[in-house]
Amino acid sequence: MTSLELARWQFGITTLYHFIFVPLTIGLAFFTAWYQTRWYRTKDEKWLRATRFWGKLMLISFALGVATGIVQEFQFGMNWSDYSRFVGDIFGAPLAMEGLAAFFVESTFLGLWIFGWGRLSEKVHLACMWAVSLSTALSAFFILAANSWMQHPVGYQLNEVTGKVELTSIWAVLTNSTALYAMTHTMLAALLTGGMVIAGISAWHLLRKNEIGVFKSSMSIALPTLAVAGLLTLVVGHFNGVLMSEQQPMKMAAADAVFKTEDGVGLSLFATGDFKGNPEKTNRNIQLPNLLSFIMTGKPESEVKGVNDLNAEYNEKYGPGEYAPIVWVAYWSWRVMLGCGFLLALFGVMGWWLNRKGKLADSRLFLKFALPAAALPFIAAAAGWIFTEMGRQPWVVFGLLKTENAVSPTVSSAEVWITLVGFTLLYGVLAVFAGKLFFKTAGKGPAEIEEGDEDKPYLGMAY
Amino acid sequence: MEDTTTLQFVWFLLISILWIGYLILEGFDFGVGMLMKLIGGNKEEKRAILHTIGPVWDGNEVWLIVAGGATFAAFPEWYATLFSGFYIALFGILVALIVRNVGFEMWGKRDTDAWRNGWEWCIALGSLVPALLWGVAWANIIGGTPIEPVTTNGRESLEYVGNFFDLLSIYALVGGLASLAIFFAHGALFLELRTEGTVREKAQAVAVKATPVAAALGAVFMVWTLLRQDSLEVLSLIAAVVAIGAFAFAAIRAKARPGSAFAGTALGIAFYFIAQFIDLFPNAMTSSISSAYDMSLNLASSTNYTLTVMTVVAGLLVPVVLIYQAWTYWVFRHRLSAEGFGDVKSPIDLLDKNRKETADGGRDSGAGSEPTGS
Ligand code: HDD
Ligand code: HEM
Ligand code: HEM
Repeated sequence: MTSLELARWQFGITTLYHFIFVPLTIGLAFFTAWYQTRWYRTKDEKWLRATRFWGKLMLISFALGVATGIVQEFQFGMNWSDYSRFVGDIFGAPLAMEGLAAFFVESTFLGLWIFGWGRLSEKVHLACMWAVSLSTALSAFFILAANSWMQHPVGYQLNEVTGKVELTSIWAVLTNSTALYAMTHTMLAALLTGGMVIAGISAWHLLRKNEIGVFKSSMSIALPTLAVAGLLTLVVGHFNGVLMSEQQPMKMAAADAVFKTEDGVGLSLFATGDFKGNPEKTNRNIQLPNLLSFIMTGKPESEVKGVNDLNAEYNEKYGPGEYAPIVWVAYWSWRVMLGCGFLLALFGVMGWWLNRKGKLADSRLFLKFALPAAALPFIAAAAGWIFTEMGRQPWVVFGLLKTENAVSPTVSSAEVWITLVGFTLLYGVLAVFAGKLFFKTAGKGPAEIEEGDEDKPYLGMAY
Repeated sequence: MEDTTTLQFVWFLLISILWIGYLILEGFDFGVGMLMKLIGGNKEEKRAILHTIGPVWDGNEVWLIVAGGATFAAFPEWYATLFSGFYIALFGILVALIVRNVGFEMWGKRDTDAWRNGWEWCIALGSLVPALLWGVAWANIIGGTPIEPVTTNGRESLEYVGNFFDLLSIYALVGGLASLAIFFAHGALFLELRTEGTVREKAQAVAVKATPVAAALGAVFMVWTLLRQDSLEVLSLIAAVVAIGAFAFAAIRAKARPGSAFAGTALGIAFYFIAQFIDLFPNAMTSSISSAYDMSLNLASSTNYTLTVMTVVAGLLVPVVLIYQAWTYWVFRHRLSAEGFGDVKSPIDLLDKNRKETADGGRDSGAGSEPTGS
């Protein structure tokens, strides 16, 4: 394999791995802060136990997120040095701001929170947790602004002399429409991830009649959030798609395997064939008539541009080449995300309803489904990124820089092999240890709290 | 070659500060990480050792992440050439940092000797490798590496054209050994300062021996660095003298006054790297092929607009970061001892005891030196 292909595999593997922990951390940090707020307000011991229990799981996720995040930070320079040279003037800024504004807060206040039980006043200690939760969201915003600039470059000019892009408006980059949508969508995804993991683990314990008080309370906050976030995801995801069709019509055409430009296109539920740029060889089965046109523009008869026609258009605009992504990947990753999204929304609404009726603990069927359903948000998020990133190919920065021109010219494929195999093996081993630890901690349930211990220093979170 | 602009100078300064902050702070984490395996006898001692850095190591590491991000933002060419050039070395550092981070988290999670022993090795090696390699890397940056212009995609850039073994010159290896020794001694003094009882005694014994070695190796590297200069730079000479003096001071005080000795190594590390940054300026990287291929800061830099934006952001945020990180060190200033870690329950009692002492204005005063204030 060429160093380009290897570097792509490496980026895909390490980034998707990082993003297993990212939404889980963001989600669990938020719920932990919420549970702790309940404890602070009510002084009901079950909330304290919930805080410590979910907080512990959050810490495991956090540790892995931090460990894998460092690789992300340096990977651009290591494997994508020509990319870094080309975009550094713009792309580096949000990355540095993320560190200054978010990572410092995150790491420092998490340390204070872990080791500060009983040493800091309850109010300050709670504030530390909220600082962690907010800064995880802030870090997400900056990195998503960076990524969104690659999807939809704004606030820049191309310097003909240096051949590099230059920042002309940081405001435009930080308020990029793509970034605002991606942020909303990803935050909802993180809430779904945290909420669903809490629901899954709580259900497992409820089925075993274990710690019913703590887990029913945990559910009573997680399920309504899940329902609201699930429904909002459908709405926001839709507008995300509309925006994307404007900015990257090729991605949308590929996502629906529409090869020829047509009016009033339907939405296909599954497609077969070879997906190779030929409408005759790809069957878009079970079409819901006119739905795609309607979703994209609000008008059922409107035109949808096809992959082949866009390709011809781009050949004229950007020079000869292949401008379509791998269509089957875009088509299926998009459907996997959507499928998971609908299931999650459904699950959230059902759970909310059962909870309101007070039937939750008796609905064994629902509880049995909850644990496996916790896999859904992870699958959806991975699919979402694969769609977003691979659907943009051959571009790494849409319309400006192709992936093949982004890779480090002086790094040999042997070297990329070393790091690719090295990181993959290391991450595999970490997955085993972290996974075991996570499930063991989850299975054990919340620890007891002894009389009078509430406001003593507590080191159960520490090492 | 155009001159460095004011903003470029500001960013070179800021990046230097970030690196120095990182090396002072994570420097003692590295030392403590190695010492946990080396002098930590039983589980309780090791736990006490781990707890001295528990609340702060991640915040310390972010200094590196921000240094990396700031280099990307302010000097993209530097970021690109450095990290694609020192590829395998950086890979080694990243792997080490990962296993170390995970080791902290995992160590206490299962109560068997084999489990803890494995993670202790991860922590020790994960601390040793970067302590060594950062020294090697900086010696290479200032000493010069095979860098020459390469044209790709119609753009010419200064690229590292050597391989991993080109980074292992004797000069660079001395730089690595010196940084290893310095961080090791720095960590031993930190432990001496932050613990009591048996751990403190052992840390003190190590510090007394290690600090003179660190001072000597640091001096060798400083002198060699000065001798390599075409014409002696007075400022880097002064910085080197201060660094050597501070290390020597630390060596003298290591036994009786760990507080001031630790301040000595912290100051020494600062000036040790200040000497190197002065040596590097006005370049970002130097070429061993021809000085015509040195990458100047001006060449490596982002546009004025980006630097202005980043200056505003950093000006607003860096002071705030310093304040809350200093506060963290203040909150966790009490000394720890193995006696307090007898079984799962007693750390609570220990901290409770300490809290009372703190409230009484007890014996914490010795731990007042704030390593963040660099
Ligand atoms: C949507 C959110 C998001 C996305 C897309 C990414 N990250 Fe991330 N990252 C986080 C959200 C996050 C976080 C929530 O802030 C983490 C995850 C777990 C954690 O501990 O913090 C984190 C940790 C984390 C760290 C460690 C911070 C520390 O030591 O405290 C670094 C250096 C990065 N990330 C860098 C990156 C880079 C360079 C990415 C781009 C490829 C990236 N992350 C994608
Ligand atoms: C700001 C952040 C990001 C940047 C700069 C970035 C950039 C890139 C680059 C340069 C590639 C290689 C080109 C390619 O192989 O297609 C890539 C691929 C990829 N990225 Fe991103 N990306 C970012 C964020 C993410 C995130 C957060 C994820 C999700 C977890 C992600 C998922 C992927 C995947 C799955 C690939 C592989 C696609 C493929 O092999 O074709 N990316 N991205
Ligand atoms: C049915 C509802 C959903 C719709 C309509 C939808 C729509 C979209 C669209 C259009 C994009 C691409 C944005 C772009 O490339 O510019 C996207 C990306 C993404 N989706 Fe979804 N999505 C849905 C559900 C979900 C769910 C349930 C998750 C995870 C829990 C998720 C996670 C992601 C992620 C992580 C990305 C990449 C980041 C981004 O570009 O925003 N999505 N989604």
